[in-house]
Amino acid sequence: MQAFEYVAAKSISEAIDLLSEKGDQARVLSGGTDLIVQVREKRRSLELMIDVKQIPEVNEISYNATDGLVLGASTPCYRIYNNTDIKSAYPGLIDAVSIIGGIQVQGRASVGGNLCNASPAADSIPALIVLNATCAIVGPSGTREIAAKDFCTAPGQTAMGKGEFLTSIKIPIPEKNSSNFYLRFIPRNEMDIAVVGVGASVVLDENHKSFVSAHIALGAVAPTPLYAEEASNLLAGQGISDEIINQAAEAAQAIARPISDMRGTANQRKHLVGVLTRRALNGAVNRVKETE
Amino acid sequence: MPKKTHVQTEINGEGVEFLCEPRQSLLEVLRDELHLTGAKEGCNNGNCGACTVRLGDRIVNSCLVLGVEAEGQKIETIEGIATSEGLHPIQQKFLEHAALQCGICTPGFIVSSKALLEQNPTPSEEDIRFWLAGNLCRCTGYHKIVEAVVDAAKSMNAEVADNG
Amino acid sequence: MAENKEFKVIGTRPIRHDGIDKVTGRAAYGADIHFPDMLHGKVLRSPYAHARIKSIDISKASSHPAVKCIITSDDLPLVEDTITELGETVINLKYLSDNILASDKALYKGHPVAAVAATDPYLAEEALNMIEVDYEILEPVLDVRQAMEPGAPVLHESLKKESMGKEGDHSQNVASHSQRKNGDLEAGFAAADVIVERDFSTATIHQGYIETHNATAQYNEDGELTVWCSTQGAFGVRDQLSKILKMPVSKIKVVPMEIGGGFGGKVQVYIKPIAALLAMKTRKPVKMTMTRTEVFEGTGPAPGSYIRVKLGADNTGKITAAEAHLVFEAGAYPGSAVGAGSLCIFAPYKIDNLQIDGYDVVLNKPKSSGYRAPGAPNACFASECVIDEICQKLNMDPIEFRLINGAKEGDRRCDGPIYPKIGYLETVEAAQQHHHYAESIDQTSNGKLRGRGVASGFWMNGGGRSSVTINVNSDGRINLIEGSTDIGGTRASIAMQAAEVLGLPAEDIMPAVGDTDSVGYTGVTGGSRTTFATGIAAINAAEDIRAQMIGVAANHWELRPSDVKFKDGTFLAQKNGEALQMTFKEVAAAAGGPLVGAVTASPGGAGNGFATHIVDLEVDSETGKVDILRYTAIQDVGRAIHPSYAEGQVEGGVAQGVGWALSEGYLYNDEGHMTNASFLDYRMPTSYDLPSIETVLVEVPNPGHPYGVRGAGEVPLVPPLAAIANAVSRAIGVRMTELPMSPDRVLEAMGSI
Repeated sequence: MQAFEYVAAKSISEAIDLLSEKGDQARVLSGGTDLIVQVREKRRSLELMIDVKQIPEVNEISYNATDGLVLGASTPCYRIYNNTDIKSAYPGLIDAVSIIGGIQVQGRASVGGNLCNASPAADSIPALIVLNATCAIVGPSGTREIAAKDFCTAPGQTAMGKGEFLTSIKIPIPEKNSSNFYLRFIPRNEMDIAVVGVGASVVLDENHKSFVSAHIALGAVAPTPLYAEEASNLLAGQGISDEIINQAAEAAQAIARPISDMRGTANQRKHLVGVLTRRALNGAVNRVKETE
Repeated sequence: MPKKTHVQTEINGEGVEFLCEPRQSLLEVLRDELHLTGAKEGCNNGNCGACTVRLGDRIVNSCLVLGVEAEGQKIETIEGIATSEGLHPIQQKFLEHAALQCGICTPGFIVSSKALLEQNPTPSEEDIRFWLAGNLCRCTGYHKIVEAVVDAAKSMNAEVADNG
Repeated sequence: MAENKEFKVIGTRPIRHDGIDKVTGRAAYGADIHFPDMLHGKVLRSPYAHARIKSIDISKASSHPAVKCIITSDDLPLVEDTITELGETVINLKYLSDNILASDKALYKGHPVAAVAATDPYLAEEALNMIEVDYEILEPVLDVRQAMEPGAPVLHESLKKESMGKEGDHSQNVASHSQRKNGDLEAGFAAADVIVERDFSTATIHQGYIETHNATAQYNEDGELTVWCSTQGAFGVRDQLSKILKMPVSKIKVVPMEIGGGFGGKVQVYIKPIAALLAMKTRKPVKMTMTRTEVFEGTGPAPGSYIRVKLGADNTGKITAAEAHLVFEAGAYPGSAVGAGSLCIFAPYKIDNLQIDGYDVVLNKPKSSGYRAPGAPNACFASECVIDEICQKLNMDPIEFRLINGAKEGDRRCDGPIYPKIGYLETVEAAQQHHHYAESIDQTSNGKLRGRGVASGFWMNGGGRSSVTINVNSDGRINLIEGSTDIGGTRASIAMQAAEVLGLPAEDIMPAVGDTDSVGYTGVTGGSRTTFATGIAAINAAEDIRAQMIGVAANHWELRPSDVKFKDGTFLAQKNGEALQMTFKEVAAAAGGPLVGAVTASPGGAGNGFATHIVDLEVDSETGKVDILRYTAIQDVGRAIHPSYAEGQVEGGVAQGVGWALSEGYLYNDEGHMTNASFLDYRMPTSYDLPSIETVLVEVPNPGHPYGVRGAGEVPLVPPLAAIANAVSRAIGVRMTELPMSPDRVLEAMGSI
């Protein structure tokens, strides 16, 4: 492993200064479960790791009934799934962070890290997209927000510029009669990278008989996680039925452009998009019915 | 050679200091600098759990933590689990149930199981298997490991009941 | 298993003697060793699957201040083109040496080319990057069928076609072709009412031991070399080092540390000679460990294979003829387990007409090594699947079929030996009577397709040489030193056998695994021979001690030894009408001098191991995912010395079989690079992938062992592949013939993608 320097930044501005100075030779260290492996396996070279776990804003969870959730980007998964507010409002996010890599990895890995690593197969990103999450970024020229669906631009690449870093993820409060769901397909029962991942959120009418709106997002079937816009829109105003859910699944399949690699074949992935979209939508619908 | 960082931390209840390069993982520090060789390297990329230690209030793969990140933290390793009173019930049950064959994964499993039972004193078999999915064993097929954890939970709960 | 009233210790479940060290992290494995002045060794490996090595320039690397030594194959002595023993297999010494450090060609990605010793492991890595190797890249061949075709890239110019011992005239990749033939195959198939012929394939598989390879070496000024390492056989390592380094065995001491799994993969040496050479040149201790990637790319996986099986049976269910064609990946050098596979493929059955052809083929992958019943899992996957298909065609219960055809005492195994008392049919009967088999399985449930699979398996088990020394302490507890490194609890089972002879509790024996200076020659821990052969050595040593102690008691009582009896740990005699007795402890105290018994045993009669497995599973028809619901493994172990550790062998083998059947396999790109050389994508089962495993230990005592022990360690991996394939095939209604049965393959088989 190459030699590098390490700094535990104490403030956002300190982190920004270092990132601006070093450019792509510095990298933010959160849980380290991706970064350390990449440097060790020589898939990434850097001179400096900037540990952000001591910066308060990046590690806090705050939730209230008007603003929704502000999730510090460096918060490890286990603090997310043990948080009662997040469990009740965003079960789909809990689905995702409970299955990233095993209990030991969840002791360190963070949603911010998952976003910034920008793997096409990241588990948390489809879950965030369907929750209308936004990414709060701070940089030398100030702060800005990017929708989670626009955060990843290519495998391993994000929309952040030099000197910028992700401080928190914001999720609006859930609407009434809504819920959300994430699932993935893997060859074993745990510890694998998603072959396909699908997140779904639904808002139902008062009687839980029809969709008011829905969001569907896909992982591991394109260079970045995808928001399935057409599939999502076609559910709006429709009565809940297997037929309409199938239509949405087919529309989701239509935008998937998977590759064949050592984790799955393109045909398999295309097929699984249909299967998982149906299961994710049904899962979200059932959650609405069960919780209210 | 790159300059080393001085780190102060607490391991198994004792204050510890060491020097390490930033690129040295906590696993390397434990084994090569502090000679706490109970945590093992099986894969060095977070997929086998043989290096599991407790960092703060969670179990982690020490191969995915830098030694320098241990600054100011509390760490528990396999070496800290038995006390002067004797073996921990989990250790005892692993022995009674023959839940080890070559034993290389055993420290990781014991650290992980202890964390599970502290978090959930009455886990189902499914809970146990899910929690331990991050610890690979190639010898036992996990059957006796799960039996040992179930029995350890019973034993620890009985103790609590007795003392309660 | 009923409590055994016949024995005091055998059949009980004492806590293993090394257990406390292992649950507290105190046990010292090879990588745990530390010397204050030690250097760190690292290996430079070929990045190409097939390349000629034109030159190696170490000048830049040598000038690195932290580097103390760099070696290449030039530093290895030239060795002869001779065959040498290697645990359960043999190897050509030239190939063994060439595999340590490549001479003229790199034959697989990961093939060692040079090695460095430096003061710090990171600096050693830096120095590796400064070594300049000039490669002429050659086309690799990665599939055995392609490797057999004329015009395929040739690995060894000197390998000319060898068919049943005959040498040919041109270089090619078929290292050997062997054939077994009995009876009249044509007539046998003519007499069949039903014939099934299928082709099967299996992927290259790794043993997956959690501990990577390690070696630490120290060379003293008097020419004595010491190597500390994790190995399945310290004496085997000593032999290999002696031959590769051209040193007398007596100048080499191998100290076996605790070992973190082997399964056959830690018999052949890889980095041990490198550490030794670096130590010899630097005169400092040199420590080396492999990374997980190096383990995948640079050790000895189990061979991938293509197997064709053709079986014929009449309407009564009797097998009339069997034919098999096995083509195994040898890897970069000849010597796969195709011979053992050929022996095992039909071994559970009485078949008069058969022909088995086995081909050992080289290709640009690491040289294959043994993995738990080497060759048999591949072979029996094919044969047991074809049997299942025959049963379906005959509409016959697969257990019933096995009862009709199962081999028993007096039947001839296909390679010649007549079976002595064996327990195959007993495992089949136990399966038939087991409540798992009695409970039917619903065909579908919640959109999932369910199936049940049955398969049997065989491993011949080994004998081999073992030595044991027993010392009796004056307080009556005994030290037992044995040479079998302990992978799975054999220290306990060996101690228990000695304890049984001496009428002592297991806790009064203190077993230790000795190094090559401290105990007599002992063969590898492998071949399912340890509880059997080292057990016999322990029994014989204990009997010797017993005889010596009878002498002590006799002397004490001023009687003749023949007047003294030994029963239940007590020495008894009659003198002048008085009943005399002394306990073991009392005699030990009275001995007044050392009581030592040392024995070497090389027993025959290893006893043939058989198993029958039943598995229920379900297939998610939308995703192709297979989940194991229930698994029952029934095995004849002869006699379970320590039932928990015998069960442990079965449970572990089943888990490995689940991985081999469903999710494991080396994946290669076109350049011949393994793309999944990590535990992330080489997918072994986790605890969440398996149910509880029910183990039934059948005991048909082996006449070749005083307590009836049969080897138990290897058979467990033989049935699962076919049992699971049969269950999937029955669940989805399509025959599965390719392993792993990954979800995409199941979907393809069902026509969903």
